[in-house]
Amino acid sequence: MNAHVADTHEHHGPEKGLMRWITTTNHKDIGSLYLWFSLIMFLIGGVMALIIRAELFQPGLQFVDPQFFNSMTTMHALIMIFGALMPAFVGLANWMIPMMIGAPDMALPRMNNWSFWILPFAGTLLVATLFVEGGAPASGWTMYPPLVLQTGAAFPMLIFSVHLLGFSSIMGSINIIATIMNLRAPGMTYMKMPLFVWTWFITAYLLIATMPVLAGAVTMLLTDKYFATSFFDAAGGGDPVMFQHIFWFFGHPEVYILILPAFGIVSQIIPTFARKPLFGYSSMVYATASIAFLSFIVWAHHMFTVGMPVAAELFFMMATMLIAVPTGVKVFNWVSTMWRGSMTFETPMLFAIGFVMMFTIGGFSGLMMAMTPIDFQYHDTYFIVAHFHYVLVPGAIFSVMAAVYYWLPKWTGNMYDESLGKFHFWISTIFVNILFFPQHFVGLAGMPRRIPDYSVQFTDFNMISTVGAFGFGLSQLLFVYIIIKTVRGGEKATDQVWEGAEGLEWTLSSPPEYHTFTVQPDVK
Amino acid sequence: MNKLIQIAVGMMGAAFTSGAYAAWETNLTKGVTDISHEVYDLHMLVLYVCIAIGVLVFGAMIYSMIYHRKSKGHKAATFHESTKAEIAWTIVPVFILVALAIPAAKALIKMEDSSNADLTILVTGYQWKWQYEYPEEGISFFSNLASDSREASARDSGIDPATVDNYLLEVDNPLVIPVGKKVRFLFTSNDVNHGWWVPDFAVKKDAIPGFINDMWANVNEPGIYRGQCAELCGKDHGFMPIVVIAKEESEYNEWVEQQLASAKETEAAANKTWDMASLMEQGEKVYTTSCVACHQAGGQGIPGVFPAITGSAIATGDVAGHLDTIMNGRPGTAMQAFAGQLNDADVAAVTTYQRNGLGNSVGDMVQPSDVKALR
Amino acid sequence: MSNTAGNHYYVPNGTKWPFIGSVGLTTLIVGFINLLNGSENGKYVMIVGALILTYMLFGWFGQVIEESENSTYGAWEDKSFRLGMSWFIFSEVMFFAAFFGALFYARVLSVPWLGGAGDDADTNRMLWEGFQAVWPTNGPGELGGEYEVMAAWGLPALNTLILLTSGVTVTWAHHALKKDNRKHLIIGLALTVALGFLFVFLQAIEYKEAYHTGLTLGSGIYGSTFFMLTGFHGLHVTLGAIMLTVMLVRSMRGHFTSKNHFAFEAAAWYWHFVDVVWLGLFIFVYWL
Ligand code: HEA
Ligand code: HEA
Ligand code: HEC
Ligand code: CUA
Ligand SMILES: [Cu+2]
Repeated sequence: MNAHVADTHEHHGPEKGLMRWITTTNHKDIGSLYLWFSLIMFLIGGVMALIIRAELFQPGLQFVDPQFFNSMTTMHALIMIFGALMPAFVGLANWMIPMMIGAPDMALPRMNNWSFWILPFAGTLLVATLFVEGGAPASGWTMYPPLVLQTGAAFPMLIFSVHLLGFSSIMGSINIIATIMNLRAPGMTYMKMPLFVWTWFITAYLLIATMPVLAGAVTMLLTDKYFATSFFDAAGGGDPVMFQHIFWFFGHPEVYILILPAFGIVSQIIPTFARKPLFGYSSMVYATASIAFLSFIVWAHHMFTVGMPVAAELFFMMATMLIAVPTGVKVFNWVSTMWRGSMTFETPMLFAIGFVMMFTIGGFSGLMMAMTPIDFQYHDTYFIVAHFHYVLVPGAIFSVMAAVYYWLPKWTGNMYDESLGKFHFWISTIFVNILFFPQHFVGLAGMPRRIPDYSVQFTDFNMISTVGAFGFGLSQLLFVYIIIKTVRGGEKATDQVWEGAEGLEWTLSSPPEYHTFTVQPDVK
Repeated sequence: MNKLIQIAVGMMGAAFTSGAYAAWETNLTKGVTDISHEVYDLHMLVLYVCIAIGVLVFGAMIYSMIYHRKSKGHKAATFHESTKAEIAWTIVPVFILVALAIPAAKALIKMEDSSNADLTILVTGYQWKWQYEYPEEGISFFSNLASDSREASARDSGIDPATVDNYLLEVDNPLVIPVGKKVRFLFTSNDVNHGWWVPDFAVKKDAIPGFINDMWANVNEPGIYRGQCAELCGKDHGFMPIVVIAKEESEYNEWVEQQLASAKETEAAANKTWDMASLMEQGEKVYTTSCVACHQAGGQGIPGVFPAITGSAIATGDVAGHLDTIMNGRPGTAMQAFAGQLNDADVAAVTTYQRNGLGNSVGDMVQPSDVKALR
Repeated sequence: MSNTAGNHYYVPNGTKWPFIGSVGLTTLIVGFINLLNGSENGKYVMIVGALILTYMLFGWFGQVIEESENSTYGAWEDKSFRLGMSWFIFSEVMFFAAFFGALFYARVLSVPWLGGAGDDADTNRMLWEGFQAVWPTNGPGELGGEYEVMAAWGLPALNTLILLTSGVTVTWAHHALKKDNRKHLIIGLALTVALGFLFVFLQAIEYKEAYHTGLTLGSGIYGSTFFMLTGFHGLHVTLGAIMLTVMLVRSMRGHFTSKNHFAFEAAAWYWHFVDVVWLGLFIFVYWL
């Protein structure tokens, strides 16, 4: 161990103005950058969703052309997943992991800056496709060839923005892994780490194992289009379905990348407001690890209709169904944590409870789709759209909102407005169900996804869904308002903030110093 | 205020009862094959299992939210693990899942067994239509979205889709199959992936270029069954429906005879020499079924995606180049090779039409014999 | 795990390099996009981007090297670097896994299917009649026309030998460094770098030959997998060789100590990774 002199750099404040944000190496600054970026992307992706929903309000084409509609579907998904949700989780990781494990910062602070500062460039490249000849990519976020190869000038932009986004996530994940493995305070053993840290630790592995595979897949698309390779062309001995296998080898772990940190957040919040330790800590950790492991061997459940051999279909069906077991363990643990607690229902708790219920609903429809013979009926219908929005919106997005309400007082030193927060929860919950629940019905009744126009028997539920979408969208304006208001001022928060909160982050002041834990705490 | 509420309620009532009240479908199609019934039963089974588990889990949550709250003075217990409980709720779901997986596996194996079929039909997906071929009978035709649906769907068409019969679910040439026979469908595609889906048969399979997939159906009742393309295939993915008419065997045989007879007629027509007027008339027909989806009704195309025909250097230039584009397509783009899709007369007619209609006026004519010479 | 309380972890001040890196990377990419979309001046944009990136690399690494030489980093920071580098290499492994996956998929599944294996008798009979599944192949459409198969036991075997030897020389250099034997360190490194560039040179000759005998990127799935796998590998060898060159220059300038030489080790790890990938390539692309 070295004993180098404490250098003079140690006692600096941030630079001033814009340069502070461009050059920062501070995990809190970078966390904030990620979160703001994510919020902006959420609004952009949300507006695209509203265009989709507006067009689907009634049959016939009203506002957009089919080609543009498909672009909206594609861009909405890409922006929400890569621009809104993943950066939100990385932002939370940046803010909280060092504070939760008693680390002075992230392990590789300069690289941390780069992970963030690639995103705005990648996002701009992606959004810019809307303005080039031939329009934005319109092949769905899954980018299946041969269709995606018909994209116009936007094609290379799509490919390279995916590369950049992947590069950013990989660097971010490496940083998180290094931080967790190297910078835990003395006494903070692995099995003492808060669950948010644990779930992110595992998520980071999923990311570094799968993002490069996505990069490989889109690189093959690029060479197939411009350099005459034939990975996905039967005439040359390739196979369009090969892309789907490679894509979903990334894509399925990706959906757990979008949910594991959410599990972590909820596992922090529920014990706090139940005033009772988390039930089954170690089984939570093992369940997370099992989900991560299983996520690598279930990918082809997205491809049951491509004509795989029966044996493969059976294998992927059973492996997929198995995921319900560790996920169930988590749900049961949360319920048991609440059981015989002393509960209060502040906004973060409301969002966490909403998460558990509505995620479970989405999980159930996932289980239904896992059964191959019935997935033949569900596949590529709105039933699927309902499934994944339940796990993604009142699932993952709700968990982000819960986290923001939970930690905002710590970040800013100000309490948010509790009654506005509760109001935000209730209107969000009501509208999100109006938005997505009817989609189960139209899906079962036979409405395919990714269509700009539909036959008249689906009208009523689509109208309801669109009303829900606009209601849910408007409710999010309230969220933005609450955040800005809290950042600007408000009732001062205590260091502890929540009566039942436990963990190192609550021992710091609210807001915490620019540099915290420069001397690591001893954890008993 | 009261009045406002009245109006609002009235409007909502009207919206919900208008047109499609009877079609408030909220559940999966039961269908008309044994397999589709089996699939439906599986769906109901897993749905009930999920509801039951949901009731238990949500029940426990709601119970504790009501009774174990601080405002009721409930003191928090301190337990935080129970190996027994944890083992139980790991093992029990495993059993439930196994119980679900067994019937699912059985159904799947049945669905994938397409041996001993009575009739085979090759289904080929195109952007954006289906081709149906009966190799043994020697029948082959294309199936396009019905034109009234297409017209009504256009922006500012002024036509209310509700007034169109089977809006977006009607085609010009439906597929016809006999009831009570095991019909094996082979799927492939000419361009991008498509998905052939008829909910009533519980048949959904992707049509993938360069490969052939299969699936089968044995339909119990005569009737008209409708479905849609189920794999994103570009701009008009929402506009390539599937209509299957299942007929009693004798009627089916009649239909086969008819098809063969009318095929002869068109062949004869293709061999004569056409005058300008009939070429233009036929050409417009072909254009509106085969080309309009991309090059658009007025020939203006979609900038950056599909080139305009009006004023196109190809369509107003050398005939040979024009015919080459149409017959052989442009590999690697959405422009298909139409030589295999259209007969000589239709190619001649549509070429003539593009040269002399849609705002172009080259003045020359293309005859079926010219096309024949190029084959 | 970590260290005793009270020890300082070095948290650097703000830095402009990452942002400049993003600008450079984006410029490079935008240039390439323009080139692909048919605009010739994309080339110049790319050059500008590459220059910015180079500037960034020199600046960023220069700063880190300086800090390292000033003993800013101790064992604690060192461990972060090690973790960072190992997981970065892991992500690179996964990148290659995608292409190996494509290779295996084609060889084990898609090509046999096109030849009528498994459930796909109809695929072969109705769409690709007469196509026989053998590896290597340019597919039933015979894309790219006639080609010749790359023999394993010519240049590739020599290249295997070269890379394996370079693995030995870099280890030798490492041992020398640990024993503070600077002369052997420099000789070992120089040999490794030379072998690395020799490998790249021979690979270029092989490519030239391949194109002469008709094997191109367009030669169906065989050409695609062959060039993409060996191409990305070649790119990584070049990168690794550049890294080692930097280490060589630093060694000559007297950088590194027998205890503290993470940068050297990182480059060496990277080199071994490139080596192992090559073995996979040699076996599955050339030999079997
Ligand atoms: C956060 C994201 C997320 C999450 C967590 C999940 C979770 C699951 N998903 Fe989902 N999924 C998506 C996002 C997600 N999914 C997306 C985006 C798509 C569409 C992609 C596209 O095509 O664009 C998709 C599509 C998709 C398909 C493909 C459908 C198709 O296209 O035909 C399937 C099929 O198996 C599936 C299954 C599952 C299963 C089994 C789970 C399981 O993990 C769920 C497990 C949870 C539970 C089961 C509930 C809680 C458990 C209990 C209370 C225990 C007891 C329960 C039982 C024993 C039943 N998902
Ligand atoms: C994290 C991921 C995520 C999130 C958060 C969402 C959020 C939403 N999604 Fe989306 N969605 C996907 C991931 C996500 N989605 C994916 C992966 C697909 C598949 C794509 C594919 O097929 O390739 C998809 C597809 C998809 C479809 C199907 C499209 C089709 O098949 O053609 C629809 C249709 O209803 C939809 C709707 C919505 C809506 C209404 C929201 C809402 O929750 C959004 C709410 C947010 C806002 C509305 C913004 C905030 C408000 C303002 C900026 C103020 C302005 C508001 C008003 C004026 C009212 N999404
Ligand atoms: C699925 C979409 C689609 C359909 C249907 C279609 N085309 Fe095209 N067509 C295209 C595309 C895309 C191009 C541009 C190809 C290129 O980039 O070289 C094109 C180009 C052309 C051109 C050359 C125009 C020019 O100026 O370059 C002609 C002529 C043409 N098509 C005729 C037809 C005819 C006749 C039909 C119907 C029988 C038809 N097309 C149907 C997509 C389509
Ligand atoms: Cu054809 Cu969708
Ligand atoms: Cu999945």
